Amino acid sequence: MFKTFLIKYGEIGIKGKNRHLFEDALVKQIRYALKDAEGEFFVYRNQGRIYVDCNSLYDYDEVVEKLQKVFGIVGICPVVTTEDKGLEALGTDVIDFLKNVYDIRDQSFKVMTRRARKDYPMESMEISAYLGERILQAFPDMKVDVHHPEIMLHVEIREKIYIYSKIIPGPGGMPVGTNGKAMLLLSGGIDSPVAGYMICKRGVKLDATYFHAPPYTSERAKEKVVDLARIVAQYAGPINLHVVNFTDIQLYIYDQCPHDELTIIMRRYMMKIAEHFARQDGDLALVTGESIGQVASQTMQSLAATNEVCTMPVFRPLIGFDKQEIVDVSEKIGTYETSILPYEDCCTIFVAKHPVTKPNLNVIKRSEQKLNEKIDELVRTAIETTETILVE
Amino acid sequence: MEAYLDNSATTRCSEAVRDIVVRTMMEDYGNPSSKHQKGLEAEHYIRDAREMIARTMKVNEKEIYFTSGGTESNNWALIGAAMANRRSGMHLITTAVEHAAVLMPMQYLEEQGFRVTYLPVDEKGHISLKDLEEAICEDTILVSMMYVNNEVGTIEPVAEAGKLIKGKNPRILFHVDAVQAYGKLPIYPKKLGVDMLSVSGHKIHGPKGSGFLYVNEKAKLRPLILGGGQQKGMRSGTDNVPGAAGLAQAARDCYAQLAENTEHLLTLKKQMMDGLRQLDQQLGGTEKKPVIVIHSEEGDSSAPHIVSAAFPGVRSEVLLHALEERGIYVSAGSACSSNKKLPVSPVLKELHLPTDQLESTLRFSFSRYTTAEEICYCLQILGELLPVLRRYARH
Repeated sequence: MFKTFLIKYGEIGIKGKNRHLFEDALVKQIRYALKDAEGEFFVYRNQGRIYVDCNSLYDYDEVVEKLQKVFGIVGICPVVTTEDKGLEALGTDVIDFLKNVYDIRDQSFKVMTRRARKDYPMESMEISAYLGERILQAFPDMKVDVHHPEIMLHVEIREKIYIYSKIIPGPGGMPVGTNGKAMLLLSGGIDSPVAGYMICKRGVKLDATYFHAPPYTSERAKEKVVDLARIVAQYAGPINLHVVNFTDIQLYIYDQCPHDELTIIMRRYMMKIAEHFARQDGDLALVTGESIGQVASQTMQSLAATNEVCTMPVFRPLIGFDKQEIVDVSEKIGTYETSILPYEDCCTIFVAKHPVTKPNLNVIKRSEQKLNEKIDELVRTAIETTETILVE
Repeated sequence: MEAYLDNSATTRCSEAVRDIVVRTMMEDYGNPSSKHQKGLEAEHYIRDAREMIARTMKVNEKEIYFTSGGTESNNWALIGAAMANRRSGMHLITTAVEHAAVLMPMQYLEEQGFRVTYLPVDEKGHISLKDLEEAICEDTILVSMMYVNNEVGTIEPVAEAGKLIKGKNPRILFHVDAVQAYGKLPIYPKKLGVDMLSVSGHKIHGPKGSGFLYVNEKAKLRPLILGGGQQKGMRSGTDNVPGAAGLAQAARDCYAQLAENTEHLLTLKKQMMDGLRQLDQQLGGTEKKPVIVIHSEEGDSSAPHIVSAAFPGVRSEVLLHALEERGIYVSAGSACSSNKKLPVSPVLKELHLPTDQLESTLRFSFSRYTTAEEICYCLQILGELLPVLRRYARH
């Protein structure tokens, strides 16, 4: 029945002169989201509105599900479109609409008319009153409630007339690509995909870096990370995933440095390498899934010690989240089940029994002196042998 | 170089199997249930396959039922027999080291009100006949036992167990999971006192998704899969002609050269075990602190195609992936993760190995396609990898 979806967007409506940039980005993201959906879709802007026309057979549930993953969308309204054939015909259309959409018609309702075409011969209030009367005549069990109606019937009079009564909530946020690009440090865990999701909710496009350590981590662990990136890409759009072979660096640190400092030193090198690729990809920030105090490497002192190697801002959108809150989001966005598959990631391999929880930066730096002989070369090799996968 | 030493997981199809599978998919693709010529042709393949398989075990072809593999055969044998004979008793016996395809149906049957006794094993994986004898009671209706242990290769005393069970009460059904034994050992169910026997096709160079259950014609068994009444109503579903034909071809090939194959496998096994012992010495292994511990036995009590060994200090998953990088494919006897402490293989656990062996066990398994060069290559690479990996052992 519905051939059109009216897309409501919030924040981007108030962006002044940049408004069209945001709208264009949203249109682009909607097109991208629908590219593999069954059917043909025409996405366009018209008079400050975005519409999705479905020109062929399509799967309503599939389209709604895909639109619900497009950041920037606040509401998705399945719309019936009619031509203007006069007021009486409009009344009939509205009655048909209610017949088709609702099995039982005994609800309270309110008609909200918007008249974008000012040459229409009646005013909005008059139109609403007329349509309300027609509805009461057709369905005597329905009643008007202007304060808390069960059905809010929207009638928008433009070049065509749009009738809708449902607003399906969208994910909110801002269209991806309107706020630059950032580099996500992606592991196989629960947190980092959620962090990526949170950042791209604010309109940021994502690249990602993953560190693997064969043979200590398996090919399956890497596939798991690619799978996670693919799920995040449903929200973020295509992601450039850099897969860095970290084994030799890790073993070298293990050989040279005190074992309780391994994790901190390792993470410092991860940040360095991620920042290298961030620069290369034109990213403006790094993103991690850290949350204060979750593990030894995420105490305030540890975060400060790893942060110290970066010159780019490091965003940690989960910083104040409890584990359960992170799990809740990961279940919502669909990464949880993949995240908990039991493959080792390289952070868990050489963990000391009692890692330092309050690293002293001077001590760490002194330990790192012991790496001087070979570390630059190892980092260079790791960067040169990195495999980049475009995840869509 | 590549060395595929994971033949207990699955095997490469033989060319003869491939040819007959392709022929039954592309040319003689009829449905045996169809009344026309095409159906009849296909029916001949099934009939021939049944005959060929029956001949390898000296049983009647009426006693062979095709299934989707070892798991279905085991499920059917256990659940079908338990349900069909529940009026005679509610007690079942199995061993603690069975494959999940036996243990899970047993757990299901426990939920249905049956009592199950799980026989313990010794440190090499053998059950004790005395335990079995003591476990059998008035209302025992079914004993299920694996022929060859899939993780260490131990051969269970099936013939003795059969004699003992039937001596105590001939009405007790005896099921044998022969997934790792069929094609490697001569198996004559009638002589062994075995009433039901499960086999999988892809472990013997046949196609995946193929298998059979031998059911003694006197055994009472209920069908599990109901439908169009194929296979005398005992196992409905359109006959898997390529599967059955491929499986039979594979079975025939195995048993046509059983003696040569066994000798070949035993030679490889000896080479592998000698090589591992030598490596242990070279790397400074001692009685107290061994570098390599071999779990598998030599001789008649162990299958010719499986060598299980532990490499204390090197986690099995790491060694597996390191070998994989060099083109060597093996299985980890245990799947355990450092911080999550997943359960190690229940089978290995039953063998009461120390933790450092549980976490470091690999299984090398061979087939008639395995060569001495592959073993040699594997031993050489192990010699290169172990000193490095041991240096980075977790502390």
